Amino acid sequence: MNTKVISLVSIGAHPGSGRTRRAEQDARAVELGLQLAGQHLQVVHAGDPREEALRAYLGMGLDHLDVLEQPAGADVLGVLGDYLRDAGAQLVLTGSQAETGEGSGMLPFLLAERLGWPLIVGLAEVESIENGTAQVLQALPRGQRRRLKVRLPLLATVDNAAPKPRQSAFGPARRGVLAARNVMVTQDELLTGAELQPARPRPKRLKVIKAKSGADRMKAATAKASGGGGKVLKEVSPQEGAEAILKLLVEEGVIR
Amino acid sequence: MLNTLLPVLLFTALGLAVLGALRRVRLWRQGRPSKVDLIGGLLAMPRRYLVDLHHVVGRDKYMSNTHVATAGGFVLSALLAILVHGFGLHNQILGYALLVATVLMFGGALFVYKRRLNPPARLSKGPWMRLPKSLLVFAATFFIATLPVAGILPEGTGGWILVALLGLGVVWGVSEMFLGMTWGGPMKHAFAGALHLAWHRRAERFGGGRSTGLKPLDLEDRSAPLGVEKPKDFTWNQLLGFDACVQCGKCEAMCPAFAAGQPLNPKKLIQDMVIGLAGGTDARFAGSSYPGKPIGEHGGNPHQPIVNGLVDAETLWSCTTCRACVEECPMMIEHVDAIVDMRRHLTLEKGATPNKGAEVLDNLIATDNPGGFAPGGRMNWAADLNLTLLSEAKATDVLFWVGDGAFDMRNQRTLRAFVKVLKASGVDFAVLGLEERDSGDVARRLGDEATFQQLALRNIQTLGNYAFKRIVTCDPHSFHVLKNEYGALGGMYQVQHHSTYIAELIAASKLNLGQHKGGSVTYHDPCYLGRYNGEYEAPREVLRALGIKVREMQRSGFRSRCCGGGGGAPITDIPGKQRIPDMRMEDIRETEAELVAVGCPQCTAMLEGVVEPRPLIKDLAELVADALLEEEAGSPAVKVQPARRKPAEVH
Ligand code: SF4
Ligand code: SF4
Repeated sequence: MNTKVISLVSIGAHPGSGRTRRAEQDARAVELGLQLAGQHLQVVHAGDPREEALRAYLGMGLDHLDVLEQPAGADVLGVLGDYLRDAGAQLVLTGSQAETGEGSGMLPFLLAERLGWPLIVGLAEVESIENGTAQVLQALPRGQRRRLKVRLPLLATVDNAAPKPRQSAFGPARRGVLAARNVMVTQDELLTGAELQPARPRPKRLKVIKAKSGADRMKAATAKASGGGGKVLKEVSPQEGAEAILKLLVEEGVIR
Repeated sequence: MLNTLLPVLLFTALGLAVLGALRRVRLWRQGRPSKVDLIGGLLAMPRRYLVDLHHVVGRDKYMSNTHVATAGGFVLSALLAILVHGFGLHNQILGYALLVATVLMFGGALFVYKRRLNPPARLSKGPWMRLPKSLLVFAATFFIATLPVAGILPEGTGGWILVALLGLGVVWGVSEMFLGMTWGGPMKHAFAGALHLAWHRRAERFGGGRSTGLKPLDLEDRSAPLGVEKPKDFTWNQLLGFDACVQCGKCEAMCPAFAAGQPLNPKKLIQDMVIGLAGGTDARFAGSSYPGKPIGEHGGNPHQPIVNGLVDAETLWSCTTCRACVEECPMMIEHVDAIVDMRRHLTLEKGATPNKGAEVLDNLIATDNPGGFAPGGRMNWAADLNLTLLSEAKATDVLFWVGDGAFDMRNQRTLRAFVKVLKASGVDFAVLGLEERDSGDVARRLGDEATFQQLALRNIQTLGNYAFKRIVTCDPHSFHVLKNEYGALGGMYQVQHHSTYIAELIAASKLNLGQHKGGSVTYHDPCYLGRYNGEYEAPREVLRALGIKVREMQRSGFRSRCCGGGGGAPITDIPGKQRIPDMRMEDIRETEAELVAVGCPQCTAMLEGVVEPRPLIKDLAELVADALLEEEAGSPAVKVQPARRKPAEVH
């Protein structure tokens, strides 16, 4: 295949020890990329090229990994966007959320917005790429899959529905090259200017369980959340649609 | 007539044999360099053969006597035949000597013949079935040809017919014995075996020594391959060692993976390495195959990757590194080294550690324990025990190496029992606490030498901060690694298994022990304590001190059968026909013991994994802790009854 595939990777951290490692989801993005493009896969990280944890990606059989040199706290959005456009990327894969740093999970969205590309969340499998269109499977909750046809170039995030990353081996990890590239540095205005505070727990849909037995409770816990008050809106204007969504979010207490 | 024919035949055969030898040497030299003392090894060879090798062969009296007669007879006959018939020294005394030698050889060969009448499954057939006949022909021919020299028969007896017959006999005999030695017949074992003994990669094994630690890879040397991919990546003396195999199948008979129907047979593996060295396929292999893998579908050569050509990866991952094969091998071949060498390539270069392998290695890298548990929980098992930490005490007599069993609820019982014993003995001991890391055993057996060395170096660094007299551990794997494998990386310690240490405490009357109550007991020798470290006695001594008469299993001591838990085998989990721990439990059941004493967290886990009903499994430390008498010896202390708490009410 001669579609240009690029995987974006970040530095991960083991949840138990906090030690740096390859990030679980990003490694899946690399795995998917390797399955699609083999040796032509390009892998990019924006950050510190001396970070040894990056070698764990090289250990998956890459001969080099481009590192856009960035200090901690820089806004990498611009450099990544420029890099992807200059490289002529057709399919960009990345994890859904970083394990270190802000970990907001916003980068793929902002990047897609900046590039003006479609974004697929939870890519599970690329079935085919033909005539500039990719046919993919998107992972939905409870193991469901949705088949999508999307024009290239596109950006996709992978989560645990994507194939398990291959083992990282010491030999290729040691031989591989972390190719540092000098690029512009942009201060992250938001990060420096804004105040950080612990996140509030995300509101959960209220499920009133009136189960009597354990079996009932089990059933209730695994049942599909069924909001009885749902409405199907058809052929409404974007304005009306957005308003309906906003109203629901306020009702559910997601937005206050 | 015979006087011209015999020298011609003898010297042609010898000449060709020399050519064959040169060719064979060239094959071995395809391997990588290895530091061996060439001259010293050759000088030591006769002793290694006569003493060390016969110590192993001597376990099978039949075969050892047979071999002494046949081989001794052959060497003498061959030398004398060259003098008498080759150089024509028709001296009567030499003639008689040659007669005696051939008779000796003939006698030995008869026993070889007898063994081959109904050979056990472990023996290879094929050309090996021909060997006893060739031996008999060689001995008989030279006997008859020498009768005139000794003056027993007049020259020229028998006329042309006898000359022709003898000529044929000599051709057969010397082809097998001289040509076969260097051109690849069964007699190759004599030539390769002698040199293998001389240039063995573990010279320390000779003279009663023990050498079981794996050899480190030099990770600094970027040009050195990471493990063995192709036969030529072995060192030359490893290749030579494979060539020494006599296909006796003693390794096969002892291998737990083979018995369990997993696709491994150490004998076939070594023969496959010979094929790799010389080039070809396994079609002519005349022994048992890897269970489930037909013969004739694999082949290779020195420059072709071994895995998926010559040998399948599952074969390599079936091994539990129990060393039963090495222990049995009369040619002192090092199967485990070869297997781990090939695993190293698969893990370090290919990232192809099967099943849970990759996950375990990732966990070891990220959390220093194979389970991926948060490192901060390493001391939770001892939260209420008030153990002294070395980071505070700085010095202690006994460093108690806890091991990763700290994270395992079953093993925590053993650890707590051992702490109870230590406390009762009043010795000064301490633990590393959160500073301890996995010893690196599993990583190393899975071929991840890099992670092993990382863990080892960091442990060595930590240990270097403190003063202690010895390390004691309940885990034979940590014990082995700390004792035998850290040395090469700069960590030299006195390390003891808890059985050895408890035996010492008992001998020094530091423990006030009662008797074991609770039925008959058998003892399972862990591979890494027994075969790896030669400790068979201390655990039994401890059991004796508890008043236990051990009901020995048929396979115990150096022939103990592996529990299936070593070498990362439960992690790579290659399927077979049955499970190794089930087979071991059968051995245990045969003794009709109600309890099996163990000394290893792996053995405990594997044996407890066998479905009930089955005998109970208890660690030595638990048995000792149970038998501790609470009173201080000598002081009739008032027994303080701990206030019995009422059981919480449950409705
Ligand atoms: S070490 Fe044990 S499991 Fe491995 S080949 Fe030898 S006998 Fe078999
Ligand atoms: S490897 Fe050793 S034990 Fe096994 S068949 Fe060969 S000589 Fe016998």
